[in-house]
Amino acid sequence: MKSRLTRFAASVVLGSALAVGAGSISASAQEYGGELRLVVGSKIPSYDGHIESTFGMIHPIRPFYSMLIRINPDNPSSPTDFVCDLCVGDVPEPTNDGKTYTFKIRQGVTFQDGTPLTSADIKATFDKMAFPPEGVASNRKAYFKMIDSIETPDPETVVFNLKFASGTFIPSVAMPFNFVYSKKDLDEHGYKWHQTNINGSGPFHFVEHVQGSHVLGKKNPNYYHEGMPYLDGFRAISAPKMSVRLQAIRGGQADIEFRGFPPKARDDLVKALGDQVTVQESDWNCVLLVTPNHKVKPFDDPRVRQALSLAIDRAGGSKYLSQIAIVKTVGGIGFPGHPLSSTPEYLEKNIIGYGKDVEANRARAKELLKEAGHENLKFTLHNRGVDQPYKVVGTWLIDQWKRIGLDVEQWVQPSTPFYATLRTKKDFDVSLDFNCQAVVNPIADISKFLPSGGANYSDFEDQQLEDIYNELLQTGDPAKQRELFAAYEKRVLNDLASQFITLWWYKINPYRSYVKGWKIAPSHYLNQSLENIWIDQAEYKKQLGG
Amino acid sequence: MYSYIVKRLLILLPTLIGAAILVFLLLRLVPGDVCLLRFGGEGGYADPEQIRLCRERLGLDLPIYLQFFDYMVGFFTFDLGVSMWTSQPVTTEIGIRFGLSLQIAIMATLVSVVIALPLGVISAAKQNTPVDYFVRAFSIAGIAMPSFWLGILIILGLLIGSQAWFGRPWMPPIDYVPLWVDPWYNLSALIWPALATGYRYSAVATRMTRSAMLEVLHEDYVRTARAKGLIEKVIINKHALKNAMLPVVTIIGIEFAFLMGGLVVTEQVFNLNGLGKLFVESVTQSDYTLTQALVMLVVAIFVLVNFLVDIMYAWLDPRIRYN
Repeated sequence: MKSRLTRFAASVVLGSALAVGAGSISASAQEYGGELRLVVGSKIPSYDGHIESTFGMIHPIRPFYSMLIRINPDNPSSPTDFVCDLCVGDVPEPTNDGKTYTFKIRQGVTFQDGTPLTSADIKATFDKMAFPPEGVASNRKAYFKMIDSIETPDPETVVFNLKFASGTFIPSVAMPFNFVYSKKDLDEHGYKWHQTNINGSGPFHFVEHVQGSHVLGKKNPNYYHEGMPYLDGFRAISAPKMSVRLQAIRGGQADIEFRGFPPKARDDLVKALGDQVTVQESDWNCVLLVTPNHKVKPFDDPRVRQALSLAIDRAGGSKYLSQIAIVKTVGGIGFPGHPLSSTPEYLEKNIIGYGKDVEANRARAKELLKEAGHENLKFTLHNRGVDQPYKVVGTWLIDQWKRIGLDVEQWVQPSTPFYATLRTKKDFDVSLDFNCQAVVNPIADISKFLPSGGANYSDFEDQQLEDIYNELLQTGDPAKQRELFAAYEKRVLNDLASQFITLWWYKINPYRSYVKGWKIAPSHYLNQSLENIWIDQAEYKKQLGG
Repeated sequence: MYSYIVKRLLILLPTLIGAAILVFLLLRLVPGDVCLLRFGGEGGYADPEQIRLCRERLGLDLPIYLQFFDYMVGFFTFDLGVSMWTSQPVTTEIGIRFGLSLQIAIMATLVSVVIALPLGVISAAKQNTPVDYFVRAFSIAGIAMPSFWLGILIILGLLIGSQAWFGRPWMPPIDYVPLWVDPWYNLSALIWPALATGYRYSAVATRMTRSAMLEVLHEDYVRTARAKGLIEKVIINKHALKNAMLPVVTIIGIEFAFLMGGLVVTEQVFNLNGLGKLFVESVTQSDYTLTQALVMLVVAIFVLVNFLVDIMYAWLDPRIRYN
């Protein structure tokens, strides 16, 4: 009886958090004070957002910095809602046939060292990322290749002149790695100073970082968004083990973890804490894909690759795997739900392997293998030695392929040799790969499938695909973008089956219910300024005492 | 005695050099490098130019023999370099964690000694009695139970127990505060891993103490002492225990050295920012310089502790130094 009641209580809590979600979080009046204790599962390589790409840096360091624009913190689940952070008013519409963006910069903003922020700082920041001098690294350079020049006609205005109109420009500017640095720092200390030093204008001021232990931040009293932040400070605690992060929330040593937990961890926490835990869930801008090596026979034959895709029951996988792994959503190459991406109905009718008649798909797969002369194909699936979701999905894939008569072994490697095999040595048959991005920027994100994109490890060339992508990249018209996007998707998933999608990831964030104001986004990199988070003090005392 | 110490010291250097060469070569056998992982490890786009610059900065683009030469020069000049992941000096990275690992090692060793010596002596003195059977079962359980597993049980026990008794689950703090800053906070975090690890090592020491004591208690001089009418307490404490300590000291010394760098899993279970956790991180991140320095640190600690144990051995047993 007791366990049945517990299950019921847990389902009510979970269900209400999902159903009401963030709406209920901002319904009551915000309170000031308190320290947020967040647990972070990855290490900080450096503090420089312009070169790093790990959430281990974003979660503890992003709160110290501002951005020119960002996703709307009050509506982060929308992949198209961008708002100004350091600029004033709305995100500007382009002029000059989509080739000029003029931003008006907020006045009265200061860096932690007291230096006022002007348009010169914005220009210096984007110059560093888009046009780094010889010998200076920038992991954002490729995102800004449409920028021709940046001008500052006055201290309150920044003008971006583009070489061509591009649908990727605004999402690229809103990336959470684009910390705005002080021009003075860049001029006086050089372009590498920010790797080991912090001087931002964000909602929190940097206090200390003890390597491998924690980062401390305290409230910026001069923050420019009125009334924020609500917290006195935050403590980002490094905890690489998932079980530690989970038990820390359960045991009152941490309040929240922003990357996400598997379904089982969510259920355990809800079962243990009942209404003391809130859960938010979201589609995740990460996708797990299968990468056949086109240089290895018989994976040079599109019929074999198509058969591999046809064998996968994506709807069935979603239903069952979502109960044990951080995957759920069936989608094409673009983030599900984005206006540019294909709808489930479209995928079902137009893309191989998405049709609902799984047996028919598999019969067709067997035919294709027979035509190609590889009915009893044996190969190895190269996979990353990480449970969630790689090994879980890898094991499921092997079962799916077994159903069309294939004999597949899994070859699991730890992360470093896994990347070496996938990217450098390329001595694999078929590998699992993944594409995780921050801001949903489908046109940029699908460069993963482009042979010349720099992140495609299938090892093939296709001029038709390149031509479609180049046209898509330089088109400002949304209708034309959708048309080209669909053509690109068909080329990748149908004609070439150069790579194919398994399932999109699914983000699950259970946290202590006294933490209010945070809203889940479709990426663990987004909405991490912590400025809108507050602690319900009465609830905190009720749950943790004193 | 002095010539014995000098001989032992002379053996240290080739041991350290051999270990340095071995760790350098073994690390390079694993394909891939830190730059690939750091800039492309989360599935996003990794700029090839950035990866090239990273390799150039870290010297990973150099031929292996040049990397080895640089490493050995650093080894002999005590320049351990910087972490390939964080760019912080390796000495800084290790220095931050050393205090915690040292404290855990000392606390766990104390727990081990406090449990092992009395139990080992009692077990030997009460041989083949229910007390002896209980002590033997207790120590075998300790040997059979990995300390990280015991650590997990302790955490779960604290969570469940605190919820049952106080109405809210509690677990030990997961961030480190030095003893001199907040002793209560520090001890509330470290006592649990010290207990989990100390119990594990006490089991070995208990059995060693028991068998050494049994051996000594059957010696002629103990029989003589009993014949002289000395009380059992004096015989055990004054005549038997010191002579039985030789193997026990060796075990405790080796355990202490192991604890300094070997708490790889236990530190992760309790989220302790110590050398064991750093070890795991440096290996998984292919941080060659940090891994090499950590291996050399552990080797140096082992060699040093062994050296001190040998000296103590010679001090405890004159036959060793005279030979």
